[in-house]
Amino acid sequence: MSGIIIAALIVGVVGFLVAIFLSVAGKAFFVPVDEKEVAITDALPGANCGGCGYSGCAACAAAIAKGEAAVNACVVGQQPVADEVAKIMGVTAEAGERKVAFVHCVGDCEKTHMDYEYYGPKKCSNVKMAPGNGPKSCSYGCIGLGECVEACEYDAIHIVNGVAKVDEEKCKDCKACMKVCPNGLITEVPYNYVSHIGCSNPEKGKPVMQNCKVGCITCQKCMRDCPVQAITMDKGYPVIDYAKCTNCGICKAGCPRNCIV
Amino acid sequence: MSATAIIILAINAALINNVVLSQFLGICAFLGVSQKSDSAKGMGGAVTFVLTISSLVCGIIYKFVLIPTHLEYMKTIVFIVIVAALVQFVEMFLKKFIPSLYEALGIYLPLITTNCAVLGVALINVQKDYSILTGTIYGFATAIGYLIAIVLLSYIREKMVHNNVPKAFRGFPIVMITSALMSIAFFGFSALK
Repeated sequence: MSGIIIAALIVGVVGFLVAIFLSVAGKAFFVPVDEKEVAITDALPGANCGGCGYSGCAACAAAIAKGEAAVNACVVGQQPVADEVAKIMGVTAEAGERKVAFVHCVGDCEKTHMDYEYYGPKKCSNVKMAPGNGPKSCSYGCIGLGECVEACEYDAIHIVNGVAKVDEEKCKDCKACMKVCPNGLITEVPYNYVSHIGCSNPEKGKPVMQNCKVGCITCQKCMRDCPVQAITMDKGYPVIDYAKCTNCGICKAGCPRNCIV
Repeated sequence: MSATAIIILAINAALINNVVLSQFLGICAFLGVSQKSDSAKGMGGAVTFVLTISSLVCGIIYKFVLIPTHLEYMKTIVFIVIVAALVQFVEMFLKKFIPSLYEALGIYLPLITTNCAVLGVALINVQKDYSILTGTIYGFATAIGYLIAIVLLSYIREKMVHNNVPKAFRGFPIVMITSALMSIAFFGFSALK
């Protein structure tokens, strides 16, 4: 009996000493942490998705607390989280413009054809290494094997008829798909705009015509049609500057190749 | 203890009886934190750090507290408390004095509390009747073995991302197969004995 008591006593004393040691150490090695930072970390979703551009929610919270990032820096949490963070920071959150991902290719199975049979690994990054950037007639378009689909955490991107398509309602603009696309076809665009450029082929006229029924032939009609000069042609295909775009849809209606969608 | 004996002990702990690949301790973190080589190095570094210190402290506590009071049978519980406290203390210490190392180790430091390799080594030291110094060297060498294993696996996993793995084997199954093959490869070191 006394053995048990002694054992309990000794182990208890060891535990007690360790506890005292730790609490003393905690005081001695105390590092002041910004209270706001802790509160913001709690308010953020905690998914560590990296959509904000920081390495995780804690890093994002630190940046917000220091004033380096906006209170609506968290793209996934959107307005509710931005409001809460703003309350902690003592400012009102201006409604951030919602952005979504967009795949700049609409050349699906009917619009393009295959130059040869491909038997390698069924991954976009592998196909990219095949001659002509893969069997698809267009070397610049969506390969359609869905590496972006695998990357998406929110089930917001799917392969429809051989081309990736983003579900605007589900998209959280976390940029995961943009990072994996070997052709760099996915960029962020404002939510609910009518006109997006559905082609990333810099070639002109004939080679485009041969390879894709909806490829941009660099005719520059959209650039001339645009009433606010929001479209530029520097890359060989149109790029819309959404800061200038008034969402009028004239470019879409006028495109002879129907590649503005 | 002669230098040769130390080297033999170290090679034995790091390669021949590798803590993960032949003693199967600390598998959880081995599989969990080996996706990227950066995080694997962080985890390996943190384990090396804590394992060395914990074998030293556990050795001291065992010799000067548990043996004199004839409480050797309580070693498991006492060691758990000490390892947990030590990890906490190391975390506080690093946060205060070496913030850069604290940032680098990050989340892996608290994870070590639940790494059974740390507790395992403390118990093996007692089982094999190692002195405090020998136990500390054994702990350090074991941790180096852990570092080698986890970094190697992380490199293989980074390469594997580009391979066409059959659907049923994607994720953890292929990692299990990989680590099993690594374990067989490390078995070759037993010829060194």
